[in-house]
Amino acid sequence: MSRAPFALWRWERLWNDKAVIFNGFVTTLLVSLLALALAMAIGIVFGMLGTSEKKPLRAVNRVYVEFFQNIPLLVQVFFIYNAFPLLGFRWPVFTIGVVGVGIYHGAYVAEVIRAGIRSIPKGQGDAARSQGFGYIQTMAYVILPQTIKIILPPLTNQAVNLIKNTSVLATLSGLDLMYRADSWASQGTLSYGPAYVAAGALYFLICFPLATWARRYERRIKEREHLQLSEAAAEEMMLMAEEML
Amino acid sequence: MIKMEHVNKSFGKTQVLKDVSLVVNEGEKVVILGPSGAGKSTAIRCVNGLELPTSGAVYLDGTALTAKNRTQLVRRHCAMVFQQFNLYPHMTALKNVTLALTKLQHMTKAEAAEVAGECLETVGLADKAQSLPSQLSGGQQQRVAIARALATRRKILLFDEPTSALDPETVGEVLSVMLRLSHEHGITMIIVTHEMGFAKQAADRIVFMDGGEITAEDNPDAFFNNPPNERVQQFLSKVLY
Repeated sequence: MSRAPFALWRWERLWNDKAVIFNGFVTTLLVSLLALALAMAIGIVFGMLGTSEKKPLRAVNRVYVEFFQNIPLLVQVFFIYNAFPLLGFRWPVFTIGVVGVGIYHGAYVAEVIRAGIRSIPKGQGDAARSQGFGYIQTMAYVILPQTIKIILPPLTNQAVNLIKNTSVLATLSGLDLMYRADSWASQGTLSYGPAYVAAGALYFLICFPLATWARRYERRIKEREHLQLSEAAAEEMMLMAEEML
Repeated sequence: MIKMEHVNKSFGKTQVLKDVSLVVNEGEKVVILGPSGAGKSTAIRCVNGLELPTSGAVYLDGTALTAKNRTQLVRRHCAMVFQQFNLYPHMTALKNVTLALTKLQHMTKAEAAEVAGECLETVGLADKAQSLPSQLSGGQQQRVAIARALATRRKILLFDEPTSALDPETVGEVLSVMLRLSHEHGITMIIVTHEMGFAKQAADRIVFMDGGEITAEDNPDAFFNNPPNERVQQFLSKVLY
């Protein structure tokens, strides 16, 4: 048998064991979906805090966002995996994946939501409050629905990053796509080449269409609404962009 | 009854309202006139709690507005029409009107649609119920906004320069709707405007503001024919020609 890293027989072995890889793919999708749901929930709450009139609430938003954005995901996940048990929390790796990736990306989603809320003209909140809607109702019925068009592209990009980042689970024997591919190769015929190519292809299969869709959607919106965008909103978004840079 | 008592309001270091006291009785139509930056908008925004006084107090039917109770109080008493219409752009005209009815007054969808239909009829836009704000002219949008304010059947209607952002051709259609409303005895109206003709016809009382203060108050006849002070005279000579 050829020892070439991409020899045909290695691909045949991989094909025969495709169920193993597929299993990992399903796990990756599940972790991604649940982590995305968690990131959205966290992002909406902390994004709203970030636009509050009350300084302490804005401070809570800043602390959360800066903390989770500026520490590597790998460190956070290792912390949950190795340090949490000492505190009495022993979670399955699947849960660690969902929680770790979810709270990490929640910080990014919060920034997206915050920018979205701030791009909505102030008169919208005035109108809702003048009708007697409370803060949560104003957000739920009036402000957040209007942000969707604006935040969908950056949110989709966050989803793409999130899906890719679930691969940190491989370092914790997470049974995800990357782990399955890696362990299949290391415990068998050392066919790392085909295993990694297959894993990469499956990540690409999900992420590329999402990223492409987001880019097209964004371009379409910009073309259509370029002229309608109020000066105030445009200025607001520029300020946000500057802040992010 | 609306009562503003020694209301002061500052934004940062800028004092926008200086010791404003004003009583508006039930059913009364009060027009607030004055140059730009006089604090007129801030004054009526204090009436429905969009702004809270830095000092002094605003009472609606005897209850002082506070940060805690303003949502409830406003829900019971006030509706507002804005200069920039502020319709919800993601909802049809009908939905703009029904939102508060279904979510705050707990009407069924059908009940709310019926009330909204009547109100859109009142402003002459029954046929635009399914249009989005972006498909309507400024005047039409403002009339939807008036229908939205009417639908909740609140006794106090606040108008913050409702025609200032409109094309000249569509000002009339909005003013005529407002004029009709001014004949309804049960509704209290406070209107900030630069439309002198409307003020003459609709107002029971004119309040003149300048530099954050109320500097004159009179019935429209006296106010326009016999200006109460020199500043008012000067103002009127510039806006009336």
